[in-house]
Amino acid sequence: MAQLFHTSANMIARLSLLAVVLGAGGGLTALLTVAKSPYNTQQNMPVDQPVPFSHKHHVKGLGIDCLHCHTSVEQGAIAGIPPTKTCMTCHSQIWTEAPMLEPVRESFRTNESLEWVRVHDLPDYVYFNHSIHVNKGIGCVTCHGRVDEMPLMMKANTLQMSWCMDCHWHPEANLRPRSEITNMTWAPPADPDERLALAQRLVEEYNVQSKVSCSVCHR
Amino acid sequence: MHDQPKLQPLERSEFFSDHRASRPPVDGAVARGELHEDELFYTGFENGELATQFPFAVTREVVEHGRQRFNIYCTPCHGQLGDGLGTVVQRGFQRPPSYHIDRLRQAPVGHFYNVISNGKGRMYSFNDRIQPNDRWAIVSYIRALQLSRHVSVNDLPPAVVAELNAEAAQ
Repeated sequence: MAQLFHTSANMIARLSLLAVVLGAGGGLTALLTVAKSPYNTQQNMPVDQPVPFSHKHHVKGLGIDCLHCHTSVEQGAIAGIPPTKTCMTCHSQIWTEAPMLEPVRESFRTNESLEWVRVHDLPDYVYFNHSIHVNKGIGCVTCHGRVDEMPLMMKANTLQMSWCMDCHWHPEANLRPRSEITNMTWAPPADPDERLALAQRLVEEYNVQSKVSCSVCHR
Repeated sequence: MHDQPKLQPLERSEFFSDHRASRPPVDGAVARGELHEDELFYTGFENGELATQFPFAVTREVVEHGRQRFNIYCTPCHGQLGDGLGTVVQRGFQRPPSYHIDRLRQAPVGHFYNVISNGKGRMYSFNDRIQPNDRWAIVSYIRALQLSRHVSVNDLPPAVVAELNAEAAQ
């Protein structure tokens, strides 16, 4: 009986196996790249809002502290979106005719909530708590980025679990004194020894622990 | 999984007529431990008169905390020096009175607490933003600001006097 396959079939078979392995690897890499890309995470993409509120203007331009509006960040799970009254504290007096602010005035007149589009939206199975983070020395800027340079709010980080875990394994790298929590430009000491000493002191003082059990965030 | 049927704080709800998932408390509701029986601490009044004393001892920590809270909530209008020249005033908000005028230097502490709580003139109330103990801490810092412009050299610590003399000599 004549041979069904030419001897070159051996090479084709080997190459096919290689192609399957490489293809699967490449496919997986492509998938993970897309998963971490802004296309999937919406990172660094400004979001349209009912009012084009500028953190840059209010934080950097006017020097208003984060806590002025996000009042529950030290006690609560959520930092708090300010009620319309907070906007009107100033805007009942300045920019009172600005068409851009009409939705704010309307909300104040009618007592209907302004419906902001949520930018930092964790999955509902994640139980994130702001207060524990700021009270243990994690600054706003660490997760939210340079909000004082964002004309429109956007995510500065992926907010994916691997990103959370980077810090949860080694929280000491991101600690700062509580007095600098809302400071957008604070930087740790440049000297490596001083930086280490500060991190160690804060870990000790605030009793910072690496929390990596599933049930810390999922329950 | 990502968006579960449960409602998150401040989310929109189709169930309630005002579309608020976070429910406003029913009128007259009193939260546990929030009966606010202590008139002085919660209102800044004593027997119907503006209080002339703090409801707790004012320590250095209280004043320092007051400075931190003052810089968060008050400086946009009142300025870091309490002179009423904050950044928002520079952008057109009517200038509030300076803390350093006689009327406010003579005002009892309860006056400041009452204004923070209930607002005055163009100033809105801050009772939803600043907790009562923080309000008192801010009042203590306002007193410190007022004092800062009326200290005689003899009352300063010797080290500070030496520093001043050195500066004057230059």
